Amino acid sequence: MAPPAVTPASPSVAHGKRFLIAWIVLSAIATPLVAIFLGPAIPPGNDSVQASEQVFSNTVMVSISTPVCVFVLLFLLYVFASFRSRGSALVDGPPIRGDARIQLIWMVVTSATVLFLAGFGTYELLKSGSGGGQGPNAAFQPAGYKRALDVQVIGQQWEFTYRYPTYGGVEVPHLVLPADTLIRLHVTSLDAIHSFWAYQLGVKADANPGVDNIVYVETKGPLQFDIHCAELCGLWHGYMFDTGHVVGASTFAAWIKRQQSYFEPVMRYLPPYATNYLPDPSRRAG
Amino acid sequence: MSAVAVEVRPPLWRRLIGFNALTAVVFGIGGYYLGWFIGHHINGASVAYLGVGGIDQNDLSVFLGYFLGVAGFLIGMGFGVYPWARLRGYPPSLREKEQQGVGRYFGLCTDHKVVGIQYLCGIGLFFFIGGLNAMLIRVELLSPARQVFPAGQYLTLVGMHGTMMMGIMSSAILGPFANYFVPLMIGARRMAFPRIESLTFWLLMAGGAILTTTIFFGGFPTGWTGYQPLNDQANTGMDSYIVFFALVGISMCLLGLNMIATIVTMRAPGLTWSRLPIFCWGVLSTAVLQLLAAPVLIAVLGMAMLDRTAQTTFFIPSGGGSPYLYQNLFWVFGHPEVYILALPGFAIVLELLPVFARKPLWGYRLAVAGMLGVTLLSWLVWQHHLFMSGINSNLRPFYMLSTELISIPTGFTFLCGLMTLWRGQIRFTVPMLFCLAWFFNFLIGGLSGVFLSDVPSDVTTHGSFFSMAHFHYTIMGGLVFTFFAAIYYWIPKMTGFQLNERLGKIHFWVMFIAFNSTFAPLFAAGFLGQARRDVTYPAHLQFINDWVSISAFVLGASMLVFLYNFVHSLLFARIKAPVNPWSSLSIEWQLPSPVPVHNFDQIPVFTSDPYGYGEPSRPSALPAASPAGGSS
Repeated sequence: MAPPAVTPASPSVAHGKRFLIAWIVLSAIATPLVAIFLGPAIPPGNDSVQASEQVFSNTVMVSISTPVCVFVLLFLLYVFASFRSRGSALVDGPPIRGDARIQLIWMVVTSATVLFLAGFGTYELLKSGSGGGQGPNAAFQPAGYKRALDVQVIGQQWEFTYRYPTYGGVEVPHLVLPADTLIRLHVTSLDAIHSFWAYQLGVKADANPGVDNIVYVETKGPLQFDIHCAELCGLWHGYMFDTGHVVGASTFAAWIKRQQSYFEPVMRYLPPYATNYLPDPSRRAG
Repeated sequence: MSAVAVEVRPPLWRRLIGFNALTAVVFGIGGYYLGWFIGHHINGASVAYLGVGGIDQNDLSVFLGYFLGVAGFLIGMGFGVYPWARLRGYPPSLREKEQQGVGRYFGLCTDHKVVGIQYLCGIGLFFFIGGLNAMLIRVELLSPARQVFPAGQYLTLVGMHGTMMMGIMSSAILGPFANYFVPLMIGARRMAFPRIESLTFWLLMAGGAILTTTIFFGGFPTGWTGYQPLNDQANTGMDSYIVFFALVGISMCLLGLNMIATIVTMRAPGLTWSRLPIFCWGVLSTAVLQLLAAPVLIAVLGMAMLDRTAQTTFFIPSGGGSPYLYQNLFWVFGHPEVYILALPGFAIVLELLPVFARKPLWGYRLAVAGMLGVTLLSWLVWQHHLFMSGINSNLRPFYMLSTELISIPTGFTFLCGLMTLWRGQIRFTVPMLFCLAWFFNFLIGGLSGVFLSDVPSDVTTHGSFFSMAHFHYTIMGGLVFTFFAAIYYWIPKMTGFQLNERLGKIHFWVMFIAFNSTFAPLFAAGFLGQARRDVTYPAHLQFINDWVSISAFVLGASMLVFLYNFVHSLLFARIKAPVNPWSSLSIEWQLPSPVPVHNFDQIPVFTSDPYGYGEPSRPSALPAASPAGGSS
């Protein structure tokens, strides 16, 4: 078998330059479009301060992803159009085994992008906790955290209940929060691991038995929001959802007063408020 | 080498008696009932005393049953014969059951090429079972509230799909293709530990069978992660999960050990590290991950087993244990596991691109550095699975950084692959199409991973269908596509017959379009608030879910196209493949197909790597008839 023909080492067309120009032009068009139109449309929306910050993070992420995506897809299309083997004879490409300059540029650009993303993510995270569960003793707390309203979220198979330690530890079956307030949610569980996901508020925090998982959320105006368990917690996990409300300050005051009087007869059977509960060992399943 | 002696074969019934798969199944079932019986004698009274559900809740007897069942299975397969012979003073030997005939595929065989084909068929079987579970999941999700399956059965389907795919597909490339081709590529006649090689396969098969039996014990509710304390609450179906994953862990660990030993010690003269085919580098880095990660899995499952049987409380908060411990240990295994699934995909893509672009691999050293970098970094990222869990939240910036750092070595793979295509002479064969699809799929998978690695963006996407779509893009798009690329590429060498190219292209296009049509909308579903593993979902997401379900059924149908092609081409059409249909320079293609039992009459001597396309000093191809010599 004769060795196949080889394509010449130097091409007649400046493919590299042509591709780079096309990439820069396309990215320059696509990135602002994505940043302006797609980014802000990515959930969870603007119903709490934390949710807005997540939307901003998502916008930055999707904007940075755009040139990367354009690069690879355009590269593939360019290669398919320009470098496909034509005819049935076997022809070898030029034996290029690497290019130190391209490798170096690639490393510098990807490293810089990655470091920027990590730095940006860290900044956004430490600013307000961004709605993720941060455990009992996070080093960074959002501004004004001392005045935050404490609300406890207790997950159990298969419902969430809520306690308000500021209002005598009353425990209610549906979550109601005051508007324009910084809330400190203490998420805990009585049995398996659950995850408290208040979608519109941009809040997600795992409920671990014996753990006080704190998450901050700053509410905006009145709102009805969806609550869902986001960690597989057993048979009826799929049915562990609820609806919560953010209401005006006076409505909230009236509501909590009603709850206190309504649950007053059962309050003395409740254990005293604690940031976490451990189930009675004799009730341990096994 | 071996003279073909015509011998009189005994009748079929006589050949079925002996150490083979049939005996193994009989011994396995016998062993199960022995263990079950012993377990009831040890624990039956105390179970009755505690009154926690009577006989069905006797985990001890189920575990003992599985253990003795596996032991019986392995003895029946003949794994005890050689150690017993050595104990009695017989001289050591390396080879067993390397005779011709179909029988060697149903037993302990130390021919690495037989084990490769065993793996391909075995993994294919469980891949189809796992895929069928996925189809049933999508049937259930056609409607937001109406139930096709009861909630418990749905969770079992979800768990079986995830566990089966994660466990069995960990060996999807290393099992069939590395076992078959690594010894050929490095110029060896066998793997370093041929009996262990066979053991890894049969352990995996025993495991797959055990996981399937979970349906007789009521299934398990935890998904593939098996989180505590739900794991501890669950009924005896959970034991199948634990034993399955532990067996997979042992199998993976031994497979990795065998691969490392083979590649490090058994390379032919002249095959220096910088001439090693990139596929072997990918196998080596995966093997390192398997060897080091799997023991953690085995340990954590052992602790879970003790919690369930011996009333220890490693993970039970009320007894002083911690569910976080389970989560940490599981993901210390679990994140390297993700790269155990992804790295072989990188290796296949980089190995095949030079063949079909007719160019040397671009940036060989950078490609190796990329794989080794991923191997190293994959150990430092596991807590990004616990971003919302509240454990040590002050470390989250570190895990955010380390997770995003992985995109640098992954980017090396992209650069080397893309630049290999640049100015090549690309031939769009079926294996090449699957490799090119990898770029698209892994690009989407990787970019969506950036959202998950960033804590603020992760709040919404964590535990939602977004993350589910993400890892299907990386694992199905990254591993399964390259798995098929490897099948279409290497089957002519493994069997000597060619697959139908037209059906292969139909398979590719249907699979590629249906795959994207299935998983791309799930990114939106996740962002819009659909949680993973939920039997219900918000009513306004029904359109997306119906679209996804129908696409998933088309995706499933594309697998049937492949199955038809595979069975028809290899069993019925049987069109002889050329010795080197792709004009590859790699050494396995210079050998006759199928490869003779002893691979090489003479150990080859290597003078260059196998990527010398277009180079004047390229090594000449070996004459197909005599499997001798090297590339000198």
